[in-house]
Amino acid sequence: MIEVIVSLAVVIAGLAVLGVVLAALYQVGAYVPRHLQEGFRSWVFLGPAVFLVAVGLLVPAIRTIYLSFFDDASKKFVGVDNYVDIFSGRNTRLTVFNSFLWVVVGTALTVIVGLTIARFAEGMRAEKVAKSAIFIPAAISLVGAGVIWGFVYAGPPFNNGLLNRVTSIIPGLPTSMGGDGQRIWMVERGFGPLTPPQGFPGVNTLLLIVIFIWASSGFATVVFSAAIKGVPEALIEAAKVDGATDRQVFYQVVLPYIRATIVTVATVTAIGGLKAFDIVAATTGGKFGTSTIANEFFVTKFVQGRNGLGSALAVLIFVLVTPIIVMNRRAQQRAEEMMGA
Amino acid sequence: MSTADTTIVADDLVAPAASRAIPKKKVKAGEPMGTSVGAALSSPLGRAMVYGLMVLWTVPTFGILVSSIRPETDVKTSGWWNWFVSPAFTTDNYKRVLSSSPGNDNLWHFFLNSLQITVPAVILSVGIGLLAAYAFSWMKFKGRDWLFVAVVGLLMVPLQMALIPLLQLFTGGAHFTIPGTTFTLTLIPYFHLKSSIYAVWIAHTCFGLPFCIFILKNFVSSLPREIIEAAQVDGAGHATVFFRLIVPLSVPAIASLTIFQFMYIWNDYLIGKIFAGTANIPVTAKLAEVTGTRGQSWHLLTASGMVSMVLPLAVFFALQRFFVRGLLAGSVKG
Repeated sequence: MIEVIVSLAVVIAGLAVLGVVLAALYQVGAYVPRHLQEGFRSWVFLGPAVFLVAVGLLVPAIRTIYLSFFDDASKKFVGVDNYVDIFSGRNTRLTVFNSFLWVVVGTALTVIVGLTIARFAEGMRAEKVAKSAIFIPAAISLVGAGVIWGFVYAGPPFNNGLLNRVTSIIPGLPTSMGGDGQRIWMVERGFGPLTPPQGFPGVNTLLLIVIFIWASSGFATVVFSAAIKGVPEALIEAAKVDGATDRQVFYQVVLPYIRATIVTVATVTAIGGLKAFDIVAATTGGKFGTSTIANEFFVTKFVQGRNGLGSALAVLIFVLVTPIIVMNRRAQQRAEEMMGA
Repeated sequence: MSTADTTIVADDLVAPAASRAIPKKKVKAGEPMGTSVGAALSSPLGRAMVYGLMVLWTVPTFGILVSSIRPETDVKTSGWWNWFVSPAFTTDNYKRVLSSSPGNDNLWHFFLNSLQITVPAVILSVGIGLLAAYAFSWMKFKGRDWLFVAVVGLLMVPLQMALIPLLQLFTGGAHFTIPGTTFTLTLIPYFHLKSSIYAVWIAHTCFGLPFCIFILKNFVSSLPREIIEAAQVDGAGHATVFFRLIVPLSVPAIASLTIFQFMYIWNDYLIGKIFAGTANIPVTAKLAEVTGTRGQSWHLLTASGMVSMVLPLAVFFALQRFFVRGLLAGSVKG
């Protein structure tokens, strides 16, 4: 408890010092020539934010790009060697492949689950409960999500995992698909007749992506359902008068109308998938062929202490985020033109 | 809490993407939801799918909740669903994970760490963000527009891009050796921030600021110009306008953003793990560590998981409405 009080005191003292300094600078503004006064005082308001963002984000980001062209000790310039290493090593290539799967499968299924709930729960008696149920994981950390699902996927020697229980009661399921209830889900990459060759993502990667979908669908549902409620009723009634079925109303009126929202949600989810680290770290730690770029970044830099390759992996995440954001902008613009906005 | 509450379009947090994406149509609290939109979209199969997903989404969490209150031998010998057949209740698992005696995980200590990290980091990022948002909205200075675009543009930069150099900064300051000489300039001295809770505050504040500024600027700049001009005519300076008008009028936006930032920082793992140092790590990082070291002690792992989730879940259930608003306004967070 003592330490909490100490840090509370530090915070209050720190804020007081910051406040006094800013107030003093603001007063100094009174002695600045009149035409410069507004600009001077603007910087009193802006100063802390701009300083922190520059020192904590902008300069480090530029330095990371710089470091990515040096060796792991940051001494020798190595050109693009680190980037070549990412794509030539079988391990790191699998990592990039896994991240690709996280982005594509994770995003697609999150959007589908979100749309399904938003569409069908609308007007149901259990609407409130249904949406809350899907939304609860949004309040849980991704590490917590990993622990929760680790309990579902658990296999021998701990034999009380839910998934094993479910597969063991399905009659006729082969052992390789968990029929005997002994499968170690997060370790085994193959599934039934499906055995991915070395260097390709296994089924266990998909199981981790399920956790990601579970965690991110709440956000998608909430945003989609707000968007669906915003579709003008006249539009839907007009379609129904023209003889459209419920299905047609959804696919041909509602979906096009909320298109921009879908793109926004997909973008946010895709970026989340690309940065996937917590779930991987809390479940497999990247072992058994489940590592992602963000996990590899952490291991490379903060476990192995390799600056060069670590920086290159960080830059790779940034480079992959950019096209997603550009696509988002384009789709938004197209949607706006369509809506005549 | 009514359904309408959770689905009100964030009129008071006008974020471009969100407001563009979601045409504004206010749903009044208490209005029946069975409107023609609802009637047009539901079907028996659809309802079945909703119930199926509901079960799939709640059962895993429910499983660890039940396991956390079962005795150790029960957890290890039978699945949690057997609890319904032979219920047994114990608080031993919680007592053990919270205990500070040797051999236990002392989760209470890490819970307090999370609190010490989260509360100051939220205050700093929202407070400093609000100051900047005011300057960007209501003060005139050169380069205002491009500076705002630059700050918000940093939302695009994944935080992994900044971690390595920021850690170097915290562990040794910033120095620059002039090329060709041995003369080294100290740009930022070493403040002994290595593995300290202060480093975590600073990191969270830096990474959270672009988002906070973006959300708050959208809100603050949409406040009615007349009120602010009237105050200025009466002789109020920027400081007075800020504290007497902007802060009180922005309470709805500040509340939503605060809750959003609180959840985000509390649930963070990466930043806490990298900057805090072993003794200061937040409860999420401790939970991840426990997963590794006590992989087979499931009875303890479930209780640890619940401890790490209890506060965000409580905040979530109590303030869901504000949280949803923050989410809708912040649907561009990268």
